[in-house]
Amino acid sequence: MTSTPAYAKQLRQRVLELCSRKRTSHIGGAFSVADILAVLYAEILDITADEPDAPGRDRLFFSKGHACTALYAMLELRGFFKGYDLLEQFTENGTYFTSHVNHNLPGVELSTGSLGHALGVSCGSALAGKRRRQPWSVFSILSDGELDEGSNWEAILFAAHHKLDNLVAVIDYNKIQSFGAVSEIMNLEPLADKFKAFNWEVEEVDGHALPALQDVFMRFKESRNGRPKCVIAHTVKGKGVSFMENDLAWHYRSPSEADVLKAISELEAV
Amino acid sequence: MRNTFINTLCDLAEKHDDIFLLCGDLGYSVLEPFAARYPDRFLNAGIAEQNMTQVAAGLAREGYNVFTYSIGNFPTLRAMEQVRYDVCYHAANVKVVAVGAGYAYGPQGVSHHTTEDIAMLRALPGMTVCAPADAGEARAAALFMANHVGPGYVRLNKSGEPVLHDASRPVKMAPGEFVPVKDGQGTLVLATGAIVTPMLIELRDNSLDWALWSAPFIGGYNRETLVSMSHRFQRIVTVEEHQLSGGFGSSIIEALSDLYATGVLRQMPKVERIGVPNTFISTSGTQEYLRQVAGLTLANVSR
Repeated sequence: MTSTPAYAKQLRQRVLELCSRKRTSHIGGAFSVADILAVLYAEILDITADEPDAPGRDRLFFSKGHACTALYAMLELRGFFKGYDLLEQFTENGTYFTSHVNHNLPGVELSTGSLGHALGVSCGSALAGKRRRQPWSVFSILSDGELDEGSNWEAILFAAHHKLDNLVAVIDYNKIQSFGAVSEIMNLEPLADKFKAFNWEVEEVDGHALPALQDVFMRFKESRNGRPKCVIAHTVKGKGVSFMENDLAWHYRSPSEADVLKAISELEAV
Repeated sequence: MRNTFINTLCDLAEKHDDIFLLCGDLGYSVLEPFAARYPDRFLNAGIAEQNMTQVAAGLAREGYNVFTYSIGNFPTLRAMEQVRYDVCYHAANVKVVAVGAGYAYGPQGVSHHTTEDIAMLRALPGMTVCAPADAGEARAAALFMANHVGPGYVRLNKSGEPVLHDASRPVKMAPGEFVPVKDGQGTLVLATGAIVTPMLIELRDNSLDWALWSAPFIGGYNRETLVSMSHRFQRIVTVEEHQLSGGFGSSIIEALSDLYATGVLRQMPKVERIGVPNTFISTSGTQEYLRQVAGLTLANVSR
């Protein structure tokens, strides 16, 4: 069994390879969510690569579809892509490896890429789980920028009203959205207070502290107290590579060969 | 027809224990029996149609056969991208039901006029579009949608429509096919939705020997049906309570043109379209009045 820190490290290395080789964007948002995914897939989610659609599995909806490299790399590490060659096939003609996540791939619950969709769909799944008294949980990973979308706030109202306590929303709060700082484009603060006011149970956590993430995910997953849960994960865009951290440019730029060499040495040193 | 559709769905939900009804805070005096009989399979999603549609997609992926219900533009255009991406792209088993087709909510203004939905919904891959003409077609539509697996759209008028088809036996209808209403020569009036009945009245009042067919399903027409129709009639007059751009008449012209271009049809029949001339009607009025203002009458067809 691979350790969580090893997953996180391998995930970032794979993301770096994918983004540099295929000249794709969004490495910053993939690195910010990397530790969240590593903890969920290593320690929290009840899933199996042999049966990706097992009825009793936990569901993970990945709303920030643009950070697909992180989810693809994680699913590959967990063995979901047997028979595929992610590095070869990513974004290539005729493959399902689009650069926004694609539900035609095993282990991907929902295609996303248009923001503000997955939380509402997660609510539908969670509602079905409640109505049929199922033990499984629903996790939904959102970006901070997509909280601008009104559809999310419809879903946030809905989840609390219908007491979807089998639903955990995780906000990858890296503070940078497509065209600048979240605080300057559409301030979300006080974000925790907003979720609390909407009757969610909320905890803020360092989104790169693996034991803290593991602790809150485990507690929230097991708690059935009539309230949906929200983890506000304070993260760093580009986390793990010093020259990418907190820099808007890495929402778009794909790493050059020189960038890759420098990044590899930094990721290796962790 | 609204009540017939919902009451039929309510009865079907007994045997089809996967049917789930979501409403967007509308349906007072219509949905209560369903809610009372199947409390575990009913939910009022509030005035939030984007989320209602997303929740429907979520329920569908867990095995439910989901119906969303609201007025005209709200479960459709308001949530258009959710219908496209979460429902159609994922081939989710979700049926969008809109009440108030065309000018059924006439006096309530343009917000409630449903006159662009056919064009938008029929553009979506995998979507089956259904626009019943009367209570009999609405009953058949409920039966069809309960058994259909995949995205669907049902465009209902409201209430009080006259009976079009013989009410003593079920209406036979299927996607791609038309339902004959009246025999005739030379010209075929091909209409969809609740406006079929006023067309029948007009034909009779004016003693016109034209045929009239109802088109309860829009798009995906059976090729043989189109070919034999084109051989039998020199002219086809399409009628819809919907904008001309991209609507039902457009769908007929596209289908005929495709057959003509590929040589399946040797001659294109003349197609005249009756529809809303790409305009909003800002004034108040009953459904009948607004249909006249929009020019939805055979008086505009050359004799």
